[in-house]
Amino acid sequence: MSFFSFGQSAEIDVVLNDAETRKKAEHKTEDGKKDKYFLFYDGETVSGKVNVTLKNPGKRLEHQGIKIEFIGQIELYYDRGNHHEFVSLVKDLARPGEMAQSQTFDFEFTHVEKPYESYTGQNVKLRYFLRATISRRLNDISKEMDIVVHTLSTYPELNSSIKMEVGIEDCLHIEFEYNKSKYHLKDVIVGKIYFLLVRIKIKHMEIDIIKRETTGTGTNVYHENDTIAKYEIMDGAPVRGESIPIRLFLAGYEMTPTMRDVNKKFSVRYYLNLVLIDEEERRYFKQQEITLWRKGDIVRKSMSHQAAIASQRFEGSASAEKALSQAKEDDN
Amino acid sequence: MAEAIPDTRRLYTKPQNLNDAYGPPSNFLEIDVSNPETVGVGRNRFTTYEIRLKTNLPIFKLKESRVRRRYSDFEWLRGELERESKVVVPPLPGKALFRQLPFRGDDGIFDDSFIEERRQGLEQFLNKVAGHPLAQNERCLHIFLQEESMDKNYTPSKIRQA
Repeated sequence: MSFFSFGQSAEIDVVLNDAETRKKAEHKTEDGKKDKYFLFYDGETVSGKVNVTLKNPGKRLEHQGIKIEFIGQIELYYDRGNHHEFVSLVKDLARPGEMAQSQTFDFEFTHVEKPYESYTGQNVKLRYFLRATISRRLNDISKEMDIVVHTLSTYPELNSSIKMEVGIEDCLHIEFEYNKSKYHLKDVIVGKIYFLLVRIKIKHMEIDIIKRETTGTGTNVYHENDTIAKYEIMDGAPVRGESIPIRLFLAGYEMTPTMRDVNKKFSVRYYLNLVLIDEEERRYFKQQEITLWRKGDIVRKSMSHQAAIASQRFEGSASAEKALSQAKEDDN
Repeated sequence: MAEAIPDTRRLYTKPQNLNDAYGPPSNFLEIDVSNPETVGVGRNRFTTYEIRLKTNLPIFKLKESRVRRRYSDFEWLRGELERESKVVVPPLPGKALFRQLPFRGDDGIFDDSFIEERRQGLEQFLNKVAGHPLAQNERCLHIFLQEESMDKNYTPSKIRQA
């Protein structure tokens, strides 16, 4: 911005090379609105062009250097000043000097590690973005472009069911079972509640999904609970020996994968809360944690090969070889 | 490679015993507060209510019981429960002190509509309290509901299965 009509200013913008083909994903902003951003996965290359357009043709732009950064950072709302950067890459595009005319610079961040999923929550935000900057003596000109990162997992090898007997002695005994402990975001929770002893007057039963966002460490831990879903599974009074089925489709709810101790800064965990309500509105409940994960869509050829190369950089050789040979098979 | 439709078949359940399915439920508990009677004369009058209980819960010694109690007995019960248990005890219907003042146009606390209002409130109170799993463990509740005469100098204790 220039207060004086002399002097030069410029506009800077960032365009991705694969903007036409790359998928976009919806992501909530801090004020609750939904926007679409380019979707990236761990290991993918981020490449494009930085366009610097001079505002006043004919005048030169003096600058202290032009660069582009790829940043992954965690921002705690109660501590806005401190951004915790866990990925920070920079490419210098131009040395300090003068620009006589508008220019375009190419950039490529090869096989960038993106270890965590983008997350916008109640007290914390994790985001990835490109930032192009023209450094100047008085004020920099910069432009940020947010992207969204999803972390993908595959079907876990071990996925035991959750089965437990709980109750209040001599009053209420139930056995609940959920078919898995780890569910993907479009999965279905299949389970049952079996009544062993019912000496209270139950009016109805529901299952809630609770999201708990935890920020802070040590004595300053703060939990923010949010009930994502309430789903009635039984209306009326059950008796001993009765089984109530549960079938809860997760695709209908807005959820993220479980995030445990991300960069030692925050966690996002999910719990199933089984609630029984009696005739006098008393509530009896049992909470159980479940792990949520994101399943990839059928991976395109080029992407699987890229992801395999990325895994070679960051994992042990055995799994990387397997990934590479799998990618080759998929390509054929 | 991708399984499009998740398996949503019901989990296996044991077939229910027909006696359990069609027999009387194990949570039968009925409490009525009725038949208000005013006893005594002049300034020493007071109203008692009949408390009738029918149940099949093992925690109650008697499956049927019938006792008479007055408002101050309910106050005693509420006080004991608040002190001895962790239960959030619901409120009683009002004490109506203003009705006990002289020179009223109506019958004060012996007014029929007032007694009926109070009876309803006492019934609601007892149903809430007697069905509470934690309150059911308190000796004071069983003294109140099932013993002919209340020993207010009892030793507070918890009841285990009868």
